Amino acid sequence: MTRFTLHRRTLGAVALATLARPAFAQPAPIRIGELNSYARMAAFAVPYRNAMQLAQDAVNAAGGVMGGRRIEFVFRDDGSTPGDAVRVAEELLTRENVSFIAGTFLSNVGLAVADFANQRKRLFLATEPLTDAITMAQGNRYTWRVRPGTYMQTKMLTDAIAGRTALNRWAIVAPNYEYGQSAAANFKRLLATAIPGAEIVAEQFPALGRVDAGATVGALAQSRPDAIFNSLFGPDLTAFVREGNTRGLFERRTVVSLLTGEPEYLIPLGEETPEGWIVTGYPWEQVEAPPAHKAFIEAYRARFNDTPRKGSLLGYVTVQIIANLLNKANTLDNEALVDALADLRTDAIVGPVTMRGLDHQGTLGTWVGETTLNGRQGAMKNARYADGANFLFPEAEVRAARRSA
Amino acid sequence: MEWSFLLVQALSGLASASSLFVIASGLTIVFGVTRIVNFAHGSFYMLGAYVAVTLVPWLLEFERSPTLFFVGVLASAIAVGVLGVVMEVTLLRRIYRVPELFQLLATFGVVLIVQDLVLLIWGPVEIAGPRAPGLRHGVYILDQRFPAYELFLIFVGPAVLALLWLLMHRTRFGVLIRAATQDREMVGALGVNQAMLFTGTLFLGAALAGLGGALQIPRVSASSQMDLSIITEAFVVTVIGGMGSVPGAFIAALLIGLLQAFGVLIFPKITLVLVFLLMAAVLVVKPWGLLGRPDAAAGRAVLPEGILDPGRLDRAGKVLLALGLITVLALPLVDAYAVKVGTEVLILALAAVSLNFLVGNGGIVSFGHAAYFGLGAYGAGLLVVKAGMPMEPALIAAPIAGGAAAALFGFFVVRLSGIYLAMLTLAFAQIAYAVVFQWVEVTGGDNGLVGVWPSRWAASREVYHYLTAVVTLAAIVFLRRVIHAPFGATLRAARDSAQRADAIGVDVRMHRWLGFTLAGAAAGLAGGLYAFSKGSIDPTLLGIPMSVDFLSMILLGGIQSVLGPVAGAAAFHALKDFFLPLTDHWRLFLGLSIIGMVLVFPRGLAGAFASLRRRPA
Repeated sequence: MTRFTLHRRTLGAVALATLARPAFAQPAPIRIGELNSYARMAAFAVPYRNAMQLAQDAVNAAGGVMGGRRIEFVFRDDGSTPGDAVRVAEELLTRENVSFIAGTFLSNVGLAVADFANQRKRLFLATEPLTDAITMAQGNRYTWRVRPGTYMQTKMLTDAIAGRTALNRWAIVAPNYEYGQSAAANFKRLLATAIPGAEIVAEQFPALGRVDAGATVGALAQSRPDAIFNSLFGPDLTAFVREGNTRGLFERRTVVSLLTGEPEYLIPLGEETPEGWIVTGYPWEQVEAPPAHKAFIEAYRARFNDTPRKGSLLGYVTVQIIANLLNKANTLDNEALVDALADLRTDAIVGPVTMRGLDHQGTLGTWVGETTLNGRQGAMKNARYADGANFLFPEAEVRAARRSA
Repeated sequence: MEWSFLLVQALSGLASASSLFVIASGLTIVFGVTRIVNFAHGSFYMLGAYVAVTLVPWLLEFERSPTLFFVGVLASAIAVGVLGVVMEVTLLRRIYRVPELFQLLATFGVVLIVQDLVLLIWGPVEIAGPRAPGLRHGVYILDQRFPAYELFLIFVGPAVLALLWLLMHRTRFGVLIRAATQDREMVGALGVNQAMLFTGTLFLGAALAGLGGALQIPRVSASSQMDLSIITEAFVVTVIGGMGSVPGAFIAALLIGLLQAFGVLIFPKITLVLVFLLMAAVLVVKPWGLLGRPDAAAGRAVLPEGILDPGRLDRAGKVLLALGLITVLALPLVDAYAVKVGTEVLILALAAVSLNFLVGNGGIVSFGHAAYFGLGAYGAGLLVVKAGMPMEPALIAAPIAGGAAAALFGFFVVRLSGIYLAMLTLAFAQIAYAVVFQWVEVTGGDNGLVGVWPSRWAASREVYHYLTAVVTLAAIVFLRRVIHAPFGATLRAARDSAQRADAIGVDVRMHRWLGFTLAGAAAGLAGGLYAFSKGSIDPTLLGIPMSVDFLSMILLGGIQSVLGPVAGAAAFHALKDFFLPLTDHWRLFLGLSIIGMVLVFPRGLAGAFASLRRRPA
């Protein structure tokens, strides 16, 4: 009963607000729904949300968007399952009246929300899910991904080892779920061109979060590889590295590893950080250009008394893209927003980021370098920014994959 | 392969087995005495690791000596043991008299709370502990290098086994534990202070879990997800070994450790399911595990937990039912989101009623009911996505898929009883989960499949809501009818005494099997409806968390009542929906409200309602 009265009151308020809007000096803020695994993936998602709030305040302090309207993010936990996430997305769209939605971490959650957005014809900025499917086979008009996906990051690494013909025998270790499997598949494919003649001599796919490190390291060592491709992360990575260090798995071997250079995963490794792994990551303290990045680091550290993570960078860039999009489209009509997003170029804190219209993939890049031990903490050295624009899927491949989209 | 490699791989397996045994031994002792399926055991393991990564580095600041390292590990184990006592005294002691399953729900509430407390206290970043001083290096075994610490771990398991043996056979406390494991009532009748015994057992169990966690810190980092990753494996070990049997747990841990160490060499992708395949195989051959014994109380007439008398609805019940129906019909007047939530509640209510058809009416406690829900969703979803069929035939296929899977698994399941039956349902559910997860070409793997949307005429939220309402209510009414029918009464008879039912000529297994299949079909129908309400299917629909959600729903609603699970589904889903948007710590609040409801309504919402009715106002 209360709910019904409340509802009528809301209706009244909405009606009043619509009528009264021209009279208000301050127009209503633009609300954007952001759903992510804040509880389960807190190590990533909380720094991400922090940076989004930082960016939101920066945009609003600079006069807002669309000629003076403030932006306001409505943050929600996505429950880390597709079922919960779709309901939360529905709640954001129907009860919170957000203009469009952004976020999600896990690939299955991202894909389910993407399909939901397509069904409801609302823009969805998939910020973090890495699966290639979200921009390729299961891409749709309303879904756009900001972060470089599995293929792009794997290609950055295989480019870094291209031509090292001494590395003939490769072993692969990857978590047994879509991200790991597709990283392994991409790697195999790209390795054939990077090092012609190289062969895969062992593959290990431990269950996510339950790596039996001793058995896995033993099995990899037994195949006597010249080099190892790894895409384990989080607690699995720590266990794997410790075991590998003690058993000498990494000695005199090249290791190529996805995501390991990101602070999220480098910090827990601490003094166990192996030397000289070729990784993608985010050496925030070494990034000199553009100047806006330094300002971002200072603002972030001052406000949250913490060092930024990869998630922080992604959150900030996402808000920059959204603000730019709103200014350019100058409307909240989702069809117009989607059209405006195609090939939209944003000058972000990492340099220009374009949302490629062909596959809805952002050209946000990442850093490629080597791990090193700096005192008792892990760090990256010889890092350089790999612009995502150079690592996108070939256009023909995109057209073939997205034919249905 | 060289011998040296096989030897080292076997040693790796032994080290894992040893760690697993330390954890599982605590679980099996606690179950033996208290008969509580303690989901929070994994939380104690996690707390052991977190306390140790805090305490041990602090101790090592004084002196980097192995002694201080192990003092820290033992202190962490004792600290966790004390937490176990806290849980026993503040929570479990209050609910020993309620149905055993309720205690499971309470411990699940503890799991949720501990997960968030750990995040609040230690933060979201995983914490790597220090290596053990003096055991950092690798030892050469033939030509292979092997970590010294793991060599040490290999000896911990047998040492713990020996100490437990001494405790069990040479101390009065141990003798009482063994006596209580065999016959709890008799121990109570002989005047043993049960409260002290249970508190002591919980201390021992939690301390062993804490020890297991603390011993892991030189190998793995403490993270907030390690509780759920260990608990299923610990359950598998205790079940394979025989619940309550410490030596059985030791053998089972050895089997699993070695199986995994060599399994990764042959089937690198199958580690997810290997242990469950082993458990299913063991249970099919040995229904009480390797060293377990049939429950001494199994033949005794006990007050059953479940539906005693389905009865007719009294006037208050009818009023409540009418109110519920009106709410369902009137939801579109509220707003679009309320419709969405209402649709989900209806679907979950059907799934919960179908589960309670097994648990409350049949005494068949299924820990894997989500498998049939999920397979129903896949049955419908695959027809739409892969075969291009419309919604209507797909919705007919959903209960067929769920029912067929239930018939297949049920054939083995109904041969068992009690906790072993429950664990076999869990094993089958995990096997089904692994198939869906791994068969990427067909099922889309863990990404799942998208594009499972209703036909055009049912596309709007409101129409789909009414469609769901008609289908689920019809199915619920049908299940209620079956419970009232002779078939339902036969299932109750088989639940209350299989021997007596058998003696009067009831084919117990056949009836249970048919009941299991029917419940699976109903769950499958719910799953099909769920798939179309979400537009996508993925393996989480078959996962353990989903099964636990269903169990929570029926327990909250009351397993003695036919329609109570409907209320339970509504309450559980509403709680989750209420807390999810409020805060990052929704699990903490969900856990607290589950425990609160267990304490306030120890017989579920329906039980509370019934006792309210009985008491003259």
